[in-house]
Amino acid sequence: MKQGCLQLQSFSMNDDHALKNPLLETRLFVARLLFAVLVVVLLSGVLVWRYYHLQVARHEGFVTLSDRNRVLVEPAPPTRGLIFDRNGVLLADNRPSFNLSIVAERANDLEALLDEVEGLIGISDTQRERFYKQLKRRRRPYEPVPLRLDLSEREQGILAVNEYHLPGVEVTVQLLRNYPFGKELAHVLGYVGRINDQEIQELDPVRYSGTLVVGKTGLEKYYEGELLGEVGYQTVETNARGRVMRHLERTDPVPGKDLHLYLDSRLQHVIYEALGEERGAVVAIEIASGGVLAMGSAPTFDTNEFVTGISFDNYDALLNSPDRPLFDRVLQGQYPPGSTVKPLYGLAALESGTINSDHRIYDPGFYQLKNEERKYRDWKKGGHGNKIYLRDAIVQSCDTFFYDVGVRMTIDTLSIYGTRFGLGRKTGIDMPTERAGIMPSRAWKRGAKGLAWYPGDTVNTSIGQGFTLATPMQLAVATARMASRGEMRSPQLVRKQHAVSPPAGRIQATDSHWNYIHQAMQDVVHNRRGTAQGINRGLNYHMAGKTGTAQVIGMKQDEEYDVEMVAKRNRDHALFIAFAPVENPRIAVSVIIENGEHGSSAAAPVARKVIDAFMEYYPEPEGVADESE
Amino acid sequence: MSRSDFVRHMGSGGSAIYGAPSQWQKLHMDFPLLVLLVLLAGVGLFVLYSASGQSAHYVNRQLVYYGVGLVVMLVTAQIPPRILERWGALPYLGGVLLLVGVLFFGVGAKGAQRWLEIGGFRFQPSEILKIAVPLMLAQYLGKRALPPNFKHVFFALIFIGVPPVLVVLQPDLGTAILIGISGFFVLFLAGLPKRYLGFAGLAATVVLPLMWFYVLHDYQKQRILTMFNPEADKLGSGWNIIQSTIAIGSGGIHGKGWMQGTQSQLDFLPESHTDFIIAVFAEEFGLIGVTLLVGLFLLIIIRCVIICLRAQSMFGRLLAGSITLTFFVYIFVNMGMVSGILPVVGVPLPLVSYGGTSIVTLMLGFGMLMSISTERKRSI
Repeated sequence: MKQGCLQLQSFSMNDDHALKNPLLETRLFVARLLFAVLVVVLLSGVLVWRYYHLQVARHEGFVTLSDRNRVLVEPAPPTRGLIFDRNGVLLADNRPSFNLSIVAERANDLEALLDEVEGLIGISDTQRERFYKQLKRRRRPYEPVPLRLDLSEREQGILAVNEYHLPGVEVTVQLLRNYPFGKELAHVLGYVGRINDQEIQELDPVRYSGTLVVGKTGLEKYYEGELLGEVGYQTVETNARGRVMRHLERTDPVPGKDLHLYLDSRLQHVIYEALGEERGAVVAIEIASGGVLAMGSAPTFDTNEFVTGISFDNYDALLNSPDRPLFDRVLQGQYPPGSTVKPLYGLAALESGTINSDHRIYDPGFYQLKNEERKYRDWKKGGHGNKIYLRDAIVQSCDTFFYDVGVRMTIDTLSIYGTRFGLGRKTGIDMPTERAGIMPSRAWKRGAKGLAWYPGDTVNTSIGQGFTLATPMQLAVATARMASRGEMRSPQLVRKQHAVSPPAGRIQATDSHWNYIHQAMQDVVHNRRGTAQGINRGLNYHMAGKTGTAQVIGMKQDEEYDVEMVAKRNRDHALFIAFAPVENPRIAVSVIIENGEHGSSAAAPVARKVIDAFMEYYPEPEGVADESE
Repeated sequence: MSRSDFVRHMGSGGSAIYGAPSQWQKLHMDFPLLVLLVLLAGVGLFVLYSASGQSAHYVNRQLVYYGVGLVVMLVTAQIPPRILERWGALPYLGGVLLLVGVLFFGVGAKGAQRWLEIGGFRFQPSEILKIAVPLMLAQYLGKRALPPNFKHVFFALIFIGVPPVLVVLQPDLGTAILIGISGFFVLFLAGLPKRYLGFAGLAATVVLPLMWFYVLHDYQKQRILTMFNPEADKLGSGWNIIQSTIAIGSGGIHGKGWMQGTQSQLDFLPESHTDFIIAVFAEEFGLIGVTLLVGLFLLIIIRCVIICLRAQSMFGRLLAGSITLTFFVYIFVNMGMVSGILPVVGVPLPLVSYGGTSIVTLMLGFGMLMSISTERKRSI
């Protein structure tokens, strides 16, 4: 048959209309069709085998992949704890902020999208840079990456109108830290800011998942652990575009703890106003508890700028300003305390038995060590004259008296008492950065300078100059210890419990000696010869104080300043410490005005304003010390 | 044995099974095939409802497409095969002209010109060729002595080759291959001598590498590369394949249940209601469902094969055979690409995927099959 077919074919090679052989053709067709059907069945088998392979052999693996696809563990960041002042005024809270985020996977052309958004609402290079940085370290696909925080209503509107042709653009709501008092509390509260590359290495990635910010300075940093709270989780089912379709289970986050401060925002405001354009620092401490009533450093800055991410330019301006607004003078500014240490050393002189209250000197206007030519001058040319008792030496701030008494006491006694009052040691306040200052001693000088102690060093030390350095906080603490007759407390910003804890220690001294010094300090303000008598007009309570002047020589100065500025910046710092009321002291204050020249004129009025305000707000002692819920 | 005997024998065999012409035969409908097609369409609607995210819109439109397809099939079935045979070259010539038109006046998207727009109505001329090429080949070879001699093979290859070349230029490689295959099936069924097959195989090994470097566009190469390593581009072209295999694989034996497939319901699966609908089906109905569906497809093919065997003329046999085998190729390519054993070429799953063009083209083919199946004894 086949043979015949071939013959037939060759016979009709060039004939289109060769005789058809239906039987032969049909058989050939049937054979071919059946072959094709065989192949069809085989290939169907291949298909079923393939689906079997996927659905049975590799089923488990694909189930996992499918679940991983759709089920997402999403962190639920906790709400940061709030901060209140002593009267329940909110100092730091959280406000909703509308953020522009980008889902990079949904954008067709990321760069073009950013350009388009920039054209609509503006994006700074800083923000762009931050966005790309964060895009690189983000973890799961389809996770929105913030581009711009805190959109205005107008910007939200613009985005809403244009959203349809901006795939990948999302507006999300997030709680953002808010500081209602901005500048006034900048150094106390500090601020939170975006977690940076270095911090991300150190922070616990689990606790901080979903949290964008971390406390950078101040209380926000010190109490970070308490303010943060515990992160929660929700497992959600998402679709391919990352949109949450269903909540499967949820562990609620635990909000951070609220902080209640000793601080009074009204007093803080008084400080802010009183400092005005000056550079300086003011601290007010509640004597009974050691609680910080107010502490301000000037100039200051608005912390709210840092929350959304300050621009590099603005940050540079703050950082490089000669006035150093970022610098917390209260805890990090170290100044020679000058004459403000005199009451303290006066007490030391009485208590150590070096002198008694009858001791008096003649002040020719200078002091000379035995066998030395050098004259250590009193600030008053010609001196304070005859019959200068310790009281006069404090009231009129006689240097010669203290040169003499200091040398007699020796540096060792000065150092012991200075240290007891808190000089040269960190106060232990609940703040992240604090400097210790210097209370010089023989051991300190050997260690720090490698030199022996000279009697001349003692002369300088006895009026708070020379090596001595103290922070405004330390001076306030020393003043509080003086006022409380030796109760040694560490200053505290956050009120941990309502009952006042007993002091950590006590400076032992005879009552009459405390009285003597208190009286002398009262006379500084109230006596007509007192160095701070200028502030006693209209005082309806008794205030004790001491002025001080600190020489600026040796302080680092920038060479770019113009002459006038250099001149101003070489002026002495003005200091003043005070407590009130003398009969039952409740508040201790220290004031430093940089380059203010005279403690009496520049610093004392500030202290008066603060204490006046305090006496007005808390006329009754109970109101402060035993305030309870 | 005279050839008229044979023809008569076959014809009487057919009527012996059916007896007198039934109502369906008067309508030129093959009843079993019609039932199977309606069944398949029914399955399609169910899957589509789930795959489109419970969209009444898609289901309604698909119903309209099925309706149009049914009408097209009914109308086509009324055309006697000898008319098809006589005018068989016309759709081919028209189609080729339109393809040339596409190259000059075509519209399209993503760098490919595939559409012609006439009076606001858009259509893809390449779809016409899916039917026109086998029709052309069947009428050319059907009246020739078979197996075809060299000259006939030569001309047949020209007829087969021209449309795919024009389609490749659009460029649409997938459709070009499918058109070429549908024509080749006619040639094969007509008894293309085996030595030509061997030669074709040899030619392919030479041509394929050349195509890789000179014909294939980047996105086409990408598709092929993606098949071998979908992980390489997870969010790009590999995404479809990864997600579809996850959908299929996670379905398991029993499936996740109708409208319970997380991959498709949560939009992880792209094109879930069109080309990738089988992944939805496999995810929700499992291996059991897939096997049953493949079984249904095979039943349709077997019924078509029976029609081929009973066809009254060689033209009818060749045309019906080619339509049947091409139908299977669509199924195989689609299910193969979705499950990751073939490159993604954009072939819908016949009568299940959403889309009017594909349904109408397929129903046109089935209409011809119906016409062939009910052809009465032909007087020669």
